[in-house]
Amino acid sequence: MPDITTVQNEIIEEFDILGDDRESTIFYIMELGDKLSPFPEEERIDDNIIKGCQSKVWLATREENGKVYFLADSNTDITKGLISLLIRVLSGRTAEEIISSDLYFIEKIGMGSIIGSQRSNGLTAMIKQMKRFAIAYQAKSKAL
Amino acid sequence: MFKNDLDQTTSKHIPFSVETIRAHFPILHQVVNGNPLVYLDNAATTQKPLTVIEALKTYYSLDNANIHRGAHTLAARATEQYEKTRTTVKEFINAPSSDQVIFTKGTTDSINLVASTFGKTYIGKGDEIIISTMEHHSNIVPWQMLCQSTGAILKIIPISDTGELEMEAFSNILSPKTKLVSIVHVSNALGTVNPMAEIIQKAHAVGAKVLVDGAQSTSHLEVDVQELDCDFLAFSAHKLYGPTGLGVLYGKRDILESMPPYQGGGEMIKEVDFEGTTYNDIPFKFEAGTPNIADVIAFQKALDFILAVGRHNIHAHEQELLQYATEKLSTIKGFVPVGTASEKVSVLSFLIENMHPFDVGVMLDAGGIAVRTGHHCAQPLMKRFNIEGTVRASFAVYNTKNEIDTLYQWISRIAKRKN
Repeated sequence: MPDITTVQNEIIEEFDILGDDRESTIFYIMELGDKLSPFPEEERIDDNIIKGCQSKVWLATREENGKVYFLADSNTDITKGLISLLIRVLSGRTAEEIISSDLYFIEKIGMGSIIGSQRSNGLTAMIKQMKRFAIAYQAKSKAL
Repeated sequence: MFKNDLDQTTSKHIPFSVETIRAHFPILHQVVNGNPLVYLDNAATTQKPLTVIEALKTYYSLDNANIHRGAHTLAARATEQYEKTRTTVKEFINAPSSDQVIFTKGTTDSINLVASTFGKTYIGKGDEIIISTMEHHSNIVPWQMLCQSTGAILKIIPISDTGELEMEAFSNILSPKTKLVSIVHVSNALGTVNPMAEIIQKAHAVGAKVLVDGAQSTSHLEVDVQELDCDFLAFSAHKLYGPTGLGVLYGKRDILESMPPYQGGGEMIKEVDFEGTTYNDIPFKFEAGTPNIADVIAFQKALDFILAVGRHNIHAHEQELLQYATEKLSTIKGFVPVGTASEKVSVLSFLIENMHPFDVGVMLDAGGIAVRTGHHCAQPLMKRFNIEGTVRASFAVYNTKNEIDTLYQWISRIAKRKN
């Protein structure tokens, strides 16, 4: 599995191809959302809703062989697309990798101008929540 | 490029031509995300004619001074212009006298003023306040807060599936316990025009006072407070092509005079003594502190603009746009209008099947089209329709059929993706 930096650079390249065409970029993000793995219905609970998002976002995690995996869903296609990018970068990594990750791709692909500052706050909340899960897994493994 | 001749033409009518009107609005002539701006978020705020923008500049460049009680020339000039706007507002809503026109921060502030003064004085435990399902949060929360502090009860008029008030239900909840009926004249989320005259007549018959939330009506309809016989009218300047941060509260004289002040401070006093203070007469009793002088003065130009174009012309043009947009967008597969009242202003709220309103809004923004998406500060109304929000296109005097064609093309493309 390529490292976090490599995956981020791949995403930046993909968005570079789309250039300044805002419409294509948005359609592309929505399509990414369509391809997100289905979210398990039993995880669609209030505890998994991320606070600070304008649209509804559910985030669930599991740990397997020392790796943290994320599953997510949203009621808006654009948000789903954005989560799918985060999952592509962070899912299946160790807690340490997730905690120490610097997600520079978000700024590089110009997300702020497309989704607006309110939505950016939601994105920040999503990243925080993903890192919080990683911190919890790390604490748990150290305790064992 | 821009017409700046309204000063000379305020007493005359501007011949109605959308292109002439658009020339007065510099902001409209720009490219957004590679496309010409199509501004269809007028129910949130309207754009400002150049005369309003220039008036702000002129005031700060030449006339800036604190108003009232100034011995110097600049203070006299500022005061004269400030009070001139009050007189124009009086004429605009046909108030009996200009001292019944109070300047506030906006509709929300006007409603809070009434809740804090009239409400706390005349509404007590067990009394009832009637609002409706289609109210903006600013005509819900102040009354909830008043009910919490006084023990009064909030009653709600339900609405039909078309987004119209259930008038029979209103008659049934009206009683001698009703002290105030506070209703939106025009729904910001649906565009429904409510039968205010009938509501006021019925409320008065049981001895209740009526506040008309005119935030969305004063820009589209001729609102005559004497003809309506309302007790209060609240509205905002920024939805009337005027500056932000400024609103109006009109009230009947005897009620305003009997109400205690809202805030204490300068301007609102007659005489201050540590033993006690006597309050100023209306409207100053309710205008504590240095008011929003610049915006009040610039608001004059917004009202001049509306009067020069003619409210009937504005209404006719907007109705034509509404009908054109409704018919055209209805042909799109997956287009679902929300709010289909028989009498509406130029607000078109809708959903695209299988799409979240936010996604539609972001896509339209890519096309340079500004609409509002979400609950429109009317969450109880959204719950009534069992939806999270809508996409809302709202048209003003400067919008064109070409712009609606652009909206149609983009919505068609967006809807096709999912339907």
